[in-house]
Amino acid sequence: MRWVRDPLLVVEGLTMRFGGLTAVRDLSFSVGRGDITALIGPNGAGKTTVFNCITGFYKPTSGLMALSTGGPVRLDEVAALASTGHRYKCVDDQIGADGVFLLERMPDFEIARRARVARTFQNIRLFSGMTVLENLIVAQHTPLMRASGWTIKGLFGAPQYRQAEAAAMKRARYWLEHIELTHRADDAAGSLPYGDQRRLEIARAMCTDPVLLCLDEPAAGLNPRESLELNTLLRTIRDHHATSILLIEHDMSVVMEISDHVVVLEYGLRISDGTPESVRNDPKVIAAYLGVDDDEVAQVEAEVGL
Amino acid sequence: MEYFVQQLINGLTLGSIYGLIAIGYTMVFGIIGMVNFAHGDVFMISAFIALILLILLTQFLGVTSIGLALLIVLVAGMFLTALWSWVIERIAYRPLAGSFRLAPLISAIGMAIFLLNFVQVTQGPRNKASPSILNNVMTIPMGNGSVTISERQALIFIVTAILLLAFWAIVQKTKLGRAQRACEQDRRMAALLGINVDRTISLTFVIGGALASVAGLMFMSYYGVVSFSDGFTPGVKAFTAAVLGGIGSLPGAVIGGLLIGLIETMWSAYFSIDYKDVAAFSILAIVLIFMPSGLLGRPDVEKV
Amino acid sequence: MDTTDGGTPVSDGALPSPRFPIEDALRSAGLWALVTLGLCFPIVAFETLQDFSNRLTIEARPLLVLFAVAAVFAGRLGWLAVRYHGLPQLLPATRFELTPERKKQLPRIGLAALLIFPFFALLLTGQGGAVKWIDNFGVQILIYVMLAWGLNIVVGLAGLLDLGYVAFYAVGAYAYALIATYVIPATVPGLGPWAFWICLPIAGILAAFWGILLGFPVLRLRGDYLAIVTLAFGEIIRLVLINWVEVTNGNAGIRTPYITFFGLPFSSRTGETTFGDVFALPGSPAVHRSMFLYYTILALALLVAVATQRLRRLPIGRAWEAMREDEIACRSLGINTVNTKLTAFAIGAMFGGLAGAFFGARQGFVNPRSFEFMESATILAIVVLGGMGSLVGVAIAAVAVIGGIELLRELSFLKQIFGPEFDPGQYRMLIFGLAMVLMMIWRPRGLVGARQPTIALDGNAKAISASHVKEGHG
Ligand SMILES: Nc1ncnc2c1ncn2[C@@H]1O[C@H](COP(=O)(O)OP(=O)(O)O)[C@@H](O)[C@H]1O
Ligand SMILES: [Mg+2]
Repeated sequence: MRWVRDPLLVVEGLTMRFGGLTAVRDLSFSVGRGDITALIGPNGAGKTTVFNCITGFYKPTSGLMALSTGGPVRLDEVAALASTGHRYKCVDDQIGADGVFLLERMPDFEIARRARVARTFQNIRLFSGMTVLENLIVAQHTPLMRASGWTIKGLFGAPQYRQAEAAAMKRARYWLEHIELTHRADDAAGSLPYGDQRRLEIARAMCTDPVLLCLDEPAAGLNPRESLELNTLLRTIRDHHATSILLIEHDMSVVMEISDHVVVLEYGLRISDGTPESVRNDPKVIAAYLGVDDDEVAQVEAEVGL
Repeated sequence: MEYFVQQLINGLTLGSIYGLIAIGYTMVFGIIGMVNFAHGDVFMISAFIALILLILLTQFLGVTSIGLALLIVLVAGMFLTALWSWVIERIAYRPLAGSFRLAPLISAIGMAIFLLNFVQVTQGPRNKASPSILNNVMTIPMGNGSVTISERQALIFIVTAILLLAFWAIVQKTKLGRAQRACEQDRRMAALLGINVDRTISLTFVIGGALASVAGLMFMSYYGVVSFSDGFTPGVKAFTAAVLGGIGSLPGAVIGGLLIGLIETMWSAYFSIDYKDVAAFSILAIVLIFMPSGLLGRPDVEKV
Repeated sequence: MDTTDGGTPVSDGALPSPRFPIEDALRSAGLWALVTLGLCFPIVAFETLQDFSNRLTIEARPLLVLFAVAAVFAGRLGWLAVRYHGLPQLLPATRFELTPERKKQLPRIGLAALLIFPFFALLLTGQGGAVKWIDNFGVQILIYVMLAWGLNIVVGLAGLLDLGYVAFYAVGAYAYALIATYVIPATVPGLGPWAFWICLPIAGILAAFWGILLGFPVLRLRGDYLAIVTLAFGEIIRLVLINWVEVTNGNAGIRTPYITFFGLPFSSRTGETTFGDVFALPGSPAVHRSMFLYYTILALALLVAVATQRLRRLPIGRAWEAMREDEIACRSLGINTVNTKLTAFAIGAMFGGLAGAFFGARQGFVNPRSFEFMESATILAIVVLGGMGSLVGVAIAAVAVIGGIELLRELSFLKQIFGPEFDPGQYRMLIFGLAMVLMMIWRPRGLVGARQPTIALDGNAKAISASHVKEGHG
């Protein structure tokens, strides 16, 4: 129960409305540090919307999302920060420094570079006209930009920038090997097969050195072999990197196999939250997934005690 | 007070002209998502067509009734300008459908340059003063002065209103209108459902051209002078009107046109005539920046 | 009009048709001729003229219409026949393809050609003719190469559509005109001879500042909306230049000091020592000056090229291209797209400003007529025709477009065909507009669509095919 003991991200009362439609309603959950957390639910349940709120692409209608990179999120600390009107509090002013971040107040790119939350997209968003390698280098923009002296030093070929670029290349190589695309490093990202593009998008997100990696349906459209490769990649990330994973996934076998914690959404509401084991046996989840008749729902609800 | 009402009338007259041009922009943008840069110059050509036809009818074919002459010019002008608009779409835009986004834009600019210089070459670079027609004015006493409406202005109002109603009926009630709206929503799906997308686009250009020709006739008779370079500025202003009203929205285009006409007239009347175009362009920038979906348009949400 | 197109070509083995379907072709050509007739009436058929009493009247031109209709009919028929039979014997069978090594050398060969061009022109055309070739062609083309390379940063790399680029050109030119004509003589007249070199950086900085100022409000806009607002900004600046007579002298313009060789004038009426005297050079002052202008603009343009190449390999340049590919993905990687866009606007504008200052010094005169929308459209057309992002492609396009426009001025031999009243200059822009349309139909992605990667794992990466490269939404 690391999501209770050592939460990395705490979401409290998140609500997102689009006009008359409430896509996410008063949602609360936590993501444990070092866990693979799965966010599941039927199509249209609001999972992608939750991702978009966490990563700052949508401004939630209401709610709080606190992320702490030093130690566990402490609610008193968050409340104190919230009352100051600041967006975040870091140990020092460097971009990427540890601290507490109120994600609902930060713009998307600040969430990515300061709070170090990286993501992939349901519809792959690679830089398709750039090479695989370039995709991985662009992801390291923040440190490279600093090393290039905001372009000025880089323009004159400062050694500091050359070192930084070498380091970026090293990291890119590392991820190229892990996604087994070294042989295609200099090809256009758009020319890769679908499964490779999925893995490249994950590797690109990892190149930003995130504390939290949000993956939106990474296994969608993959064949069984590619699916297996993906599982291996996710495990590598969890075991060898200080990166926690928040994952939207439809394939239940994948979810049950690799996740430590599962949150279930339906119509924007959280209907279940716990270990894979407990969620699997939750009658409401079964009802939501199997699609039972209305009277059966009442029966199930009666069983659960609603 | 009389001064203000007078400016109001003048502004609405000008606004009617802009509104008619704006419809062409708004429909084309709605259906193929591009700014038809050549539309302003189609309008300019139509003013020349109207001018030549009017002279032909009154000086050479002996049509003495000015009303009859104008009616013939109106109808013939609509056909001839629609033909221009149709040909332009076939030559400059259709071959580029579905390609690289900038290509149709450059092609449209090229077409605009071509049309402008075509008229300059065929009709000469000088301003052409049109025969003055419909000069009678109605004087309405008001306060301690009076306000005048010329027959021209009255005609512009009436024709604009009738045409807009007719046009509105077409788009709302006919199969063509339905096909247009379907293509706006989803062109590929519309094609799958058996709508002839190419023909719908062609007809959109034809209608846009026909309405622009009405604007051209009115512009010619209102200002009494046309020149080959008269397409660009009214064109940009009409586009501003389309954007102000909410691009894709027909009533929006008309309201936007009237507003731009009013703003331009009032600005010239009360501030500075030199900077009236600066005012129009500034409004365009301000509207697009602060209200990109215009007055009646649908907001465009960035889907992630 | 294509509904009655003349059959399938023979090479298309599916349906071998025994002979050219002449009836279909005639019907199609007839239809085209009919449409042409409709278009010609009344705009070609009648010319509006003023009669003696200054009344507007018209004059019929039936022959012209007949000629146009016949030309379209014949042209269409010919085109259909050519398409049917193919033209293997007229067009070279082998496609013009360069080997990769040759491609590598292309910029170097081009540069060498540019460096020797003025002497070459001098050799071939002598003192009298050389000024025209060096100044009207060489300098003129290089100004547009520089402008197009500058705009290329905004449009080609960052994927932001800008139809008002000429505004920054104007800012640079007027910065030079105002500072060199009024400010320097009034404050430190001793610096007068150095005016151009002092104004050059100032013009660049001012233009960059305007780039940021105009860039800020349009950050949220995309696509054609962005294009229209930038167009509006360009027009606003031009209209202000026209109307703010106290400062800009309106349409009458400002006469500016001519460029000097670091203080040495090229020609002098008052008997000062000139450039030619000091270096004891043969030839006329006009040739000296045009040579100096040529090498100055060449250096400025190369500065843009080198800067672009370096920027592309820096994080900022990669962020520009990434933004063109997918702005949302950029933001998800922590890239501040606001700053990235503003830098693109500012740097593009700066190069436009530098070119503007040069233009002011070359002309010795600036007025708002030089900064009309046509200029922006021409520069953008060069960038798109060149193939967005490719320096070599853009340079070739600039030579083709501007060289073409200038060459069209030289069509005076047509007078012998159409009579002395025929003014070929009039047809220049007509042909230019039509060529723009045809070029886009022929090559919508431009001459060089492929993109060169900025970094490679092993040695040199191959170019990326145009089909993967995006064009940006902004
Ligand atoms: N930008 C938006 N504007 C309007 N409605 C949206 C937007 N984004 C998502 N929605 C709506 O919110 C609901 C949840 O969508 P989503 O989060 O994509 O579901 P999931 O990812 O769980 O399939 C859907 O009904 C969807 O139509
Ligand atoms: Mg989803």
